[in-house]
Amino acid sequence: MEPVLAIVIGSLYAAGLYLMMRRNLVKLVIGLVLLSQAANLLIFTAAGLRSKHAPLVPPGEAQPVGDFADPLPQALILTAIVIGFGVIAFTLALFHRAYQVIGTDDLDEMRATDT
Amino acid sequence: MNVILVLPVLLPLVCASLMLVLWRKRRAQRILNLASMAGMTIGGFVLLVLIYCNGIAVLEMGGYAAPFGITFVADLLSAIMVTAASMMGLVVAIYSLTDIDVRREAFGYHPLLQLLLMGVCGAFLTGDMFNLYVFFEIMLMASFVLLTLGGERGQMEGAIKYVTLNLISSAMFLAGVGILYGMTGTLNMADLADKVTEIEGPLLTALSMLFLVAFGVKAAMFPLFFWLPASYHTPPPAVTAIFAALLTKVGVYSLLRVFTLIFVHDPGTIHMIILVAAGFGMVCGVLGAAAQNEFRRILAFHSVSQIGYMLMGLGLFTVLSRSDSEETRLIVQAALAGTIIFVVHHLIVKPNLFLISGVVERLGGTGRLKDLGGFYVSMPLLSGMFIISSMSLAGIPPLSGFWAKYVLVRASLGLEHWLIAAAALFTGLLTLFSMVKIWAAVFWAPPPEYPLLDEHERDQAKRGLQPMILPIVVLAALIVVFGFAAGPIFDVAMMAAAQLMDPSQYVDAVFPIDEAATLNAAVDGDTSP
Repeated sequence: MEPVLAIVIGSLYAAGLYLMMRRNLVKLVIGLVLLSQAANLLIFTAAGLRSKHAPLVPPGEAQPVGDFADPLPQALILTAIVIGFGVIAFTLALFHRAYQVIGTDDLDEMRATDT
Repeated sequence: MNVILVLPVLLPLVCASLMLVLWRKRRAQRILNLASMAGMTIGGFVLLVLIYCNGIAVLEMGGYAAPFGITFVADLLSAIMVTAASMMGLVVAIYSLTDIDVRREAFGYHPLLQLLLMGVCGAFLTGDMFNLYVFFEIMLMASFVLLTLGGERGQMEGAIKYVTLNLISSAMFLAGVGILYGMTGTLNMADLADKVTEIEGPLLTALSMLFLVAFGVKAAMFPLFFWLPASYHTPPPAVTAIFAALLTKVGVYSLLRVFTLIFVHDPGTIHMIILVAAGFGMVCGVLGAAAQNEFRRILAFHSVSQIGYMLMGLGLFTVLSRSDSEETRLIVQAALAGTIIFVVHHLIVKPNLFLISGVVERLGGTGRLKDLGGFYVSMPLLSGMFIISSMSLAGIPPLSGFWAKYVLVRASLGLEHWLIAAAALFTGLLTLFSMVKIWAAVFWAPPPEYPLLDEHERDQAKRGLQPMILPIVVLAALIVVFGFAAGPIFDVAMMAAAQLMDPSQYVDAVFPIDEAATLNAAVDGDTSP
């Protein structure tokens, strides 16, 4: 499973970065989405893919018994997804507003503040 | 008493929520904003004294013992940063009373400022890698909205670059956290300091590069600084000032923390890269600034070169790969102390210059140097404050900048890194050139023949100027005091640097060696979690 996911993550990163290097605002935002999803999948894979028991505490025990899976990566990813969702929502609103104000979606036209 | 560690995070959160309830009451929001910042500043000083007297303080959230729960750790560096950050928050809150227009206030300027402070203080205090990421995002989100609030064209263009580059760096940080967790099984920084030693050196170096780039973007390290000069001059001056005070400092703080606590296995490579980036950053930033002709653009580019100075102290860590003698360690400690002094100095001086630029832009109607002039005659007090701040930035004795650079340059000479010392001195000279350029054009030159604002507009702009002048005077006074109290400040910075040099202090504070507890755990066997 790991090699498959590794290839998926790699392609996501490649696609995301490729899109970000285009001049179009919409492609830029799609690139950002791909990048953050790739990072989430990377946590998932790097923390180890195991087919083990769910980390549940059986009745009468103080801690999970036997060989159980690590629940922390999922918690991390969940947090990261929520944060990513908020950030991407803001980015979309920003890009939409920028398109209205500047009147173009070509990044090469946005050089007024560059130095 | 350690509960005070959450104050700098909890207070702004509560106040921001209250402000949302009082959404339409501008006056109440303003008062709440000032009260919260004042409370944080007082809390920060209490924390600083506490840490100074009792050593590193640790707070475990919800009573979950480290490394299972989230830990807040305040060593001297964190306490210094929190205090300075809240103080700047207070100063900018006062300045905003006049500088921020009604429209921006109506769209939540005050709660956003609180959330920015919350993210920044949280990042300074947390002892957990993932928690650091979360606080980074809180800070970024608040800064995104503060940067774009107002919706002018320049703001939009600057924001696109700022948002994109920072999101890339966040994604890298997240990837680094994931891989780090996969390799060590922990995200608690103190625990990591122990466990990373199990990883092979080259692998760890590769991983550390992810963190270097992620934090480097936030700190505007060479060559990752391009978002900074593109965006800093676009929002209102109060926002620029708080950005200049806090945003890059969080990056620098994270670099300081991670590269003295966790990734210290190969200073010959990692810290050498930081040192080289610092050198190029200094020269690049100052040359970029010399080419600019707008008040705030010059100052923004200077930030890049100042970040170079801050990273120089951390980069000098690299000599530890050559010799680990007591003497060398002492000089490296002095270099780190220089970095800490420089961070605090820059945290005061740079925002003050931005605040001054705000007054100038308000009265002159523009930031372009060629359209300004005559401020020495019309605003003698402001001119004096500019001289103090700009000379401190350039490093003229006896002001704060001189001592910060003196400590750094002396350490680099002591460690026989001649090139970086030369770069630092050369940069200081060019900084002086830029500052004199602003002085000559804005303050000394005769008033422009065709002022952009007529008499009436000028009078209107002058109304209610006191809240803008007061913070500038306070900060300028602070710069002078800083310069004359350099001795005690150096001693405190040395203490903070000593804690950075000896990670075992940090680790022992988080995992206290309690013999009774270990004995109990051994007796209880595996029933205890």
